[in-house]
Amino acid sequence: MTPLLTPLVSGAAVAFWICAPLMVIGALGMVLARKAVYSALFLALVMVCLAIQYAAQDAPFLFVVQIIVYTGAIMMLFLFVVMLVGVDAEESFVEVIKGQRVASVLAVLGLVILLVAGLSRTFVTAPVGLEAANASAGGHVEGIAALIFGRYVLAFEACAALLITAAVGAMVLAHGERITPRKDQTSRAAERMAAYAATGAHPGPRPNSGVFARHNSIDTPALLPDGTVAKESLSDVLVMRGPSADPNELGVANAAVHKEIAASTEGEDD
Amino acid sequence: MTLLDTLTPVAPTGLFTSAWLMIAIPLVVAGLLLLAGKVTNAWGHLVATAASISAFVIAALLFVDLLGRDAGQRAVGVPLYDWITAGSWTIKAGLLIDPLSILFAMLITGVGSLIHVYAIGYMAHDPGRRRFFAYLNLFIAAMLTLVLADNYLVLFLGWEGVGLASYLLISFWQHKPSAATAGKKAFVVNRVGDLGMLMAVFTMLAMFGSSSFVDVNAGAASLTPFWATMIGIFLLLGACGKSAQVPLQSWLLDAMEGPTPVSALIHAATMVTAGVYLVVRSHEIYAHTVTAQLAVAIVGTVTLLAGAWIGCAKDDIKKVLAGSTMSQIGYMMLAAGIGPEGYAFAIFHLLTHGFFKANMFLGAGSVMHGMHDDVNMRHYGALRKYMPYTFITFAMGYLAIIGFPMFSGFYSKDHIIETAFEHQPVLGLCALVGAGVTAFYMTRLMLMTFFGEKRWAQGVHPHESPAVMWIPLVLLAIPSVIAGVVMNAWIGAWLAPAVGAEDPHLHWYPHLSLIGIVTTLVVAAGAFLGWWLFGRGPIPAAVPYTSNLAIIAGRNDLFGDAFNENVLMKPGQAVTAAVTAVDKSVIDGAVEGSAQLALGFGAGLRRVQNGYVRSYGLTMIVGLFVIGLVLVVGRLV
Amino acid sequence: MNSEAYVILAAILFAIGVLGFLVRRNALVLFMSVELMLNSCNLLFVTFARQWGNLDGQVASFFVMVVAAAEVVVGLSIIVAIFRTRRSASVDNANLLKF
Repeated sequence: MTPLLTPLVSGAAVAFWICAPLMVIGALGMVLARKAVYSALFLALVMVCLAIQYAAQDAPFLFVVQIIVYTGAIMMLFLFVVMLVGVDAEESFVEVIKGQRVASVLAVLGLVILLVAGLSRTFVTAPVGLEAANASAGGHVEGIAALIFGRYVLAFEACAALLITAAVGAMVLAHGERITPRKDQTSRAAERMAAYAATGAHPGPRPNSGVFARHNSIDTPALLPDGTVAKESLSDVLVMRGPSADPNELGVANAAVHKEIAASTEGEDD
Repeated sequence: MTLLDTLTPVAPTGLFTSAWLMIAIPLVVAGLLLLAGKVTNAWGHLVATAASISAFVIAALLFVDLLGRDAGQRAVGVPLYDWITAGSWTIKAGLLIDPLSILFAMLITGVGSLIHVYAIGYMAHDPGRRRFFAYLNLFIAAMLTLVLADNYLVLFLGWEGVGLASYLLISFWQHKPSAATAGKKAFVVNRVGDLGMLMAVFTMLAMFGSSSFVDVNAGAASLTPFWATMIGIFLLLGACGKSAQVPLQSWLLDAMEGPTPVSALIHAATMVTAGVYLVVRSHEIYAHTVTAQLAVAIVGTVTLLAGAWIGCAKDDIKKVLAGSTMSQIGYMMLAAGIGPEGYAFAIFHLLTHGFFKANMFLGAGSVMHGMHDDVNMRHYGALRKYMPYTFITFAMGYLAIIGFPMFSGFYSKDHIIETAFEHQPVLGLCALVGAGVTAFYMTRLMLMTFFGEKRWAQGVHPHESPAVMWIPLVLLAIPSVIAGVVMNAWIGAWLAPAVGAEDPHLHWYPHLSLIGIVTTLVVAAGAFLGWWLFGRGPIPAAVPYTSNLAIIAGRNDLFGDAFNENVLMKPGQAVTAAVTAVDKSVIDGAVEGSAQLALGFGAGLRRVQNGYVRSYGLTMIVGLFVIGLVLVVGRLV
Repeated sequence: MNSEAYVILAAILFAIGVLGFLVRRNALVLFMSVELMLNSCNLLFVTFARQWGNLDGQVASFFVMVVAAAEVVVGLSIIVAIFRTRRSASVDNANLLKF
C-alpha cells in the first residue's frame, strides 16, 4: 500500500531524537544521583530507551532480550542488592582523592572528543540494512538462531558454562560461613535453664503476638493474665518503626461482645 | 786506575754443585720449625744451630777450595734452574761463588752460628724461642741468597727475604707496641730503598735484557753516562735503605727493640752490610759514572758523622752501638764510593766490623742479661769486677773499633782514611774527625758501663753470663784482635780480581804514614776527652738538662723522625686524605647519587600507588586517551 | 537514519559511564557505570550490524548481554559479602595496596 504522503522523517529518527536526550539525561542522572536507588532507576530508564533504539535498528529480538534480561533481571538484581546494602544510605560528595574530579572530567572530555572525532568519519555509505540478511536466513530470529547455533555454537556452550559457574559462584559467595558452630537443641535448652537459675529469666518460649478477631499481625502484642502488654511479644524492629497496635483498644469490641453474651446468657446455669 | 776484567765464572765441580745446600738447609729447618710448631719446642733451637753450623762448614770448605785455585779460576758459577721465562726473556736462578761472595758467606754463617749458640742461652727463658730460631735460620738462608746470587733479581729475592726476617725479628716480642711499631718502621723505610733497587733492576733489564752480573758487567761500558748515573743512584738508594744510611737511617735505632742476638746478627754484622755488598758488586757500573761514585762517598761521609753524633748523646747502650754501626757503615760506603782502590778496604772494614760489632752487641746483651734487661747506662757502673769475661771481650771490641794500634779496626779504618785523603781531602778530613768522635763516645760507653761507681737499681745483682753466652764472646773477641794482622796482607790481592782493582800489595804490619800517625793522635785525643768528661766525676742518674743544641739534636736522632714526619708523612697523609675525600664525595657521590636519584624518582613515582581503585581507573583512562590520540592523529584508525 | 548519530550517542554514553566510574565511591554505582559502558558497546554492535547488513553484530550483542549478566551476578554477590564484613560499600576502603 503506497502511502499518500512520504513522511519527512522515519520512525527511527523520531525514536532516536526522543530517546537520545532521555538516555543522556538518564545516564547523567545515574552518575550524579546521591542515593543508589535513584541511580539504579535512572539506569533502568537508560536501558529501556536502549531497547527502543534496538527496535528502531531492525533488532526486534534484542529489543525483547534487552528488556527481559537487562532491565528485568539485571536491574532488579541491582535493586535487591541496593536494598540489602542500605536503601537510605546517602553518599557524601566530598572527594577524598585530590584532583580526581577535575582530572576525571578532563579525561572524559578528552575521551569523548577523541571517540567522536575518530568515529564520526567512518561512515561513507548509507546503512545496508538487514532485509537481505533476514531474507537469506528465512526470518530475523531464524537468522540469529542460525548464527548462534551455527557459527558461534562454541561461544554459546561456553556462555552456558559461564552462567552455571556464575550461579554457583554467587551461591558460594553469598553463603556466609558460620564462624561459630551452630548450637544444637540440647545446648540451647541447657543455656536457657542456666539463665533461669542465674537471673530468673523466663525459660519458656516468648509469647506469641496477640490474636484478635480482626488483627493477626505481629505488631499486635500479647496480653499478660493481668491485662498488661507482654513486652516480649513485640518485635524490636517494629517497635522502632512506629507505634504498635494498642491491644486495649483492639479489645474493646471483644469486651462489648462478651458483655452482650454474658447479658444474654445470664439466666442459664447449666 | 786501570780496571782489570772481572772474573768470568767457571763451571762448578765437586762440592760447588751442592753449594745451594748452604741456603737450603737453613731454609728447610726454618720451615720445619714454623710448621711443626710446639712439637719441636724442645729441640728446635739445637737443630737450627746445627743447620747454621753446617752451612758454615760448607762455606769453609768452598773457601779452602777457592784458596787452592789460581786467581783467574776463582769465580764459580752454579746454575740452578730457569726461574722466569717470559717471551724473549729468561731469568735463570743461579749462584756465583767468587772471592767476594765467599767472604760474605763465611762471615754470615760463622758469626751467625756463634750468635745461634749465644741465643740458646740468651733466649732460654723465652717461650717463643723455637720461633726465634726459625726466624734466625730464615734470615741466614735469605742473606746467603743475597750474597751468593749471580743476578740482581735473585739478589733482590734475598734482599726482600732479609727485610722480612728483619721485620719478624725486630717485632719478635709483638705484644710490645714499641716493638711492633719498630718492625713496621723498619719495613716501611726499607721499602723506599727497595724502590730504588727495583728501578735499578728494571733499568738493567731494559738496557741489557738480563740482570745477571756477567751481562751487566759486560754491558756497562755501553751505557750512556746519564743511565749509568741513574742506575748508580738507584742502587745507592737501595743500599741506603738496607744499610741505614742518610736519608733512610731512621729505622736502625728503633730496631734495637728486637732481642740482642738480632741486633748483633742483623743490625751489626750482616744485613746492614748488604748495601755495601751491593755497591761493591756493581763496581762495573760505578766505574762508568763519577757522579754516582761521588754521591756514594758523600752519603757515606754524612752518615759516618751523623751516626757518631747520635752515638754521643744516647744513654741506651744498644742505641749507642746502633749509632756506631750507622757510622761504621758510613765508612764502608765512603770507601766504596772512592772507587776501585777503596773496594777492598770497604770489605776489609766490613769483615772486621762484623767481628767487633757483633762482639760488642753480644757483650751488651750479656750486660743486660746481668742487669735484668735494663739498657740504661746510667744504671750501670763498675761492672768490670762482676762480669769479667764480658768486660775483657767487650774491651777487645772497644779497642778494635777506636782503632787502637795492631787491633783489627786499626788496619781497616786507617786504610779508608788514607784512601779518602788521597781521593778527596775534604772527605778524608771528615773521616778523620769521625774517628775521633768514635773514640769519644765509645770511651764514654766503656766508662759508664764498666767503670765508675755502682749506680744500680734496687735488687739488681749483676753476675756473669753462663758459658753458652760468654764462649761466643771470646770466639768473637779473638778475630777482633787478630783479624787485622791476619788479613791485611792478603785481602787486597784476594779481592782484586772480583772487584776490578789492582793488588795493593800490603803487609801484615801497618805501613806508617803521616795520616796514620795523625789518625792515632786524633783517636787518642777523643778517648782522652771522653775520660775527661765522663771518667773523673760521678755520672748523674737522671738525664741532665742541657740547652746545648748539639746535644739536643743528638738525643733526638738529629730530628730524623721529625723530618720524616713533617716532610714526608704529613703531606702524604694529606694527599691520602684528599684522595679519600674525593673518592667519597665525588666518585661515591656520583655512584650513590645516581642511586639516590633513582630512589628519589621512585619515591616520587610511587605516590601514584595510593591504593584507590578510582585513581588507577583514571590512570587507565588517561592512558587510553593518549593511545587513542596517537592512533587517531596518526591516521592509523 | 544514518549510523553516525548512534555512534556518537554510544560514545557519549560510554564517556558518561567512565565518568561515573571515576567519580563515584559507592561500589554499586560503580558497577552500574560499568553496565552503562557495556550497554553503549551493545548499541555500537547493533548499529554496525545494520550498517554492514550483517547479523553477527547482533549475535555479539546477545553474547555481551549474557556475559554481563553472569558478571553482575558474581560481582554483586562479592559486594554483598564485602558489605557483610565491612558494613560499608565504599570502594575507597579497599586501599591497602598503597605505597
